[in-house]
Amino acid sequence: MPENKYVFVIPCSGIGKSLGTVSRKAAYKVVEELRPKYTTITCLALLTVGDEETLKKVKEHPCISIDGCPSKCAQKNVLASNGRLMKSLLVTETLRNHRDVKPEGIIELNPEGCKLANLVAEDVAKAVDEVIEGEG
Amino acid sequence: MALIKEKVGIVSCSGEEIPEGTISRIATRLVLEKLRPYETVTICLPLFLAGGEGERTFAKLFPTITLDGCEKRCAEIGTSKYSGKPFATIVITDILKQCPVVNLKSRDEPSVDEFKFAEKVAKEIAKKVDEALGRQEDTNQK
Repeated sequence: MPENKYVFVIPCSGIGKSLGTVSRKAAYKVVEELRPKYTTITCLALLTVGDEETLKKVKEHPCISIDGCPSKCAQKNVLASNGRLMKSLLVTETLRNHRDVKPEGIIELNPEGCKLANLVAEDVAKAVDEVIEGEG
Repeated sequence: MALIKEKVGIVSCSGEEIPEGTISRIATRLVLEKLRPYETVTICLPLFLAGGEGERTFAKLFPTITLDGCEKRCAEIGTSKYSGKPFATIVITDILKQCPVVNLKSRDEPSVDEFKFAEKVAKEIAKKVDEALGRQEDTNQK
């Protein structure tokens, strides 16, 4: 990975469902704990309103979106911004592989929700590694 | 119980980058879940751009209150751009100026003090909801 290059991890804001909070929590886990050296986060809403500085950043740096639901707001906002979307993850896909996990809560996730966020974060971290390798 | 037909949309910024964004999100949920559950709905701001025609139409027909974490005012700008002028706008940093002892730090897991601050913000939103619905202050709902 060249210097001054980092991967943007962009979660959906998903305020109406637990899976939105899972998406957000997974993103924090990646940028603060799992891959802090290579990743950063940005506000999805800045893309929605077309903030020039943020648009420039997502065009220059690789992006990974995390969406809570099939509306895929994070993915669609990055694409509409002509961002360098390298990978798009969907929380419901991870949930499909872990049907025993029952996430609940929006303000505060239950332990199962936190477990799901950790599982999603691991998938995101793998995606980050692939992007870093690809960027050389 | 009489049916309440009027609804107010609360549009929160996503604010993933800053603790104020997390406060915005928590305050919005507190209004929806506890303070004004029958009178409010929330709208995902990024859905405005991602093709949420229902969200755009709702925000055109019903009053909205935008809640922003910072001076970039994404919720206010996004709502105005895709739907219509919000009934009221609230910016967390403005409320913070009235509470100089509050020090927001966490984006992920708010402290007890941060959560209390979110409750204060939620009360401000609830007041605006009542104004939007043309109500006098209802002490029973406080």
